[in-house]
Amino acid sequence: MPRQLSEVEKNIVRIFQGDLPLEPYPFRRAARELGLKEEELLARLKALQREGIMRRFGAALRHRKAGLVANAMIVWQVPEAEVAAAGRKLASFREVTHCYQRQTRPEWPYNLYAVVHGYNRQQCEVLARRLANAIGHYNYRLLYSTAELKKESMRYFVED
Amino acid sequence: MDQLDRRLLNLIQEEFPLVARPYQEIGCRLGLSEDEVIRKIRKLKTEGIIRRLGGVFELRQLGYTSTLCALKVPPGRLEEVAAVVNSFPGVTHNYLREHDYNMWFTLIGPDRRHLENVIRAIKERTGITELLELPAERPFKIRVNFDLEAED
Repeated sequence: MPRQLSEVEKNIVRIFQGDLPLEPYPFRRAARELGLKEEELLARLKALQREGIMRRFGAALRHRKAGLVANAMIVWQVPEAEVAAAGRKLASFREVTHCYQRQTRPEWPYNLYAVVHGYNRQQCEVLARRLANAIGHYNYRLLYSTAELKKESMRYFVED
Repeated sequence: MDQLDRRLLNLIQEEFPLVARPYQEIGCRLGLSEDEVIRKIRKLKTEGIIRRLGGVFELRQLGYTSTLCALKVPPGRLEEVAAVVNSFPGVTHNYLREHDYNMWFTLIGPDRRHLENVIRAIKERTGITELLELPAERPFKIRVNFDLEAED
């Protein structure tokens, strides 16, 4: 179970799930709002990162605008006993941005997912074949995205 | 976008310095002034390439939970159904994909009950019952940055 966050930590989340100002001292205003010294705030951000509560700090991109127009979710059907090893293997590829084991449904037997991005579809297909070779499972399909209908960052602790 | 933009984007995705004057620090690494870094980032934001600059939080560590859903939407109803799905704040990503299950969205909420309520509401308001809910059993990787220098 995750540990309970303090009120100060929740406030840090509330502020930094927004946008960092583009000014020479971008943390100064937030520190004042939180009643912390600037260096205390920076130390707390680093601590949240170290603990894995903040996965990273930095730029979130719209990959389509950055030229990565081909996005494929590759789904595999892998026997339960082999899914852990296969998942770890897929995750080791730099090109795989997300990799999950998911529950299956009678009409949806795929249990292992890898999301890849490329500059074109051919790149995704070549990569999918490489990934399949790496894990030795070939019962897979690529689901290309044809439109991005929404992409936003979640806003946490807003109804508290 | 030129090579310098790509280097800047990779740097601020992966190693944004948590220091009092981060733009100055980034400038030092790229051979730019603080002001030039700020102007370049502002331009990349205006162009829509940078969506946001800030913290990316681990939803499970904040006590939240998430799931992936796929809806089978009749082609003529995509826009109207997307408006319903996207109206829920917990829907953070929604993509059309090439399959009969053509609308794929992620849903985040404070607990399972909340997710189930949203899913029920989506089914009711769209009248679409063919919805796959595919919760994660095990994450192997959640990496949300993109390597822009690797290919060229």
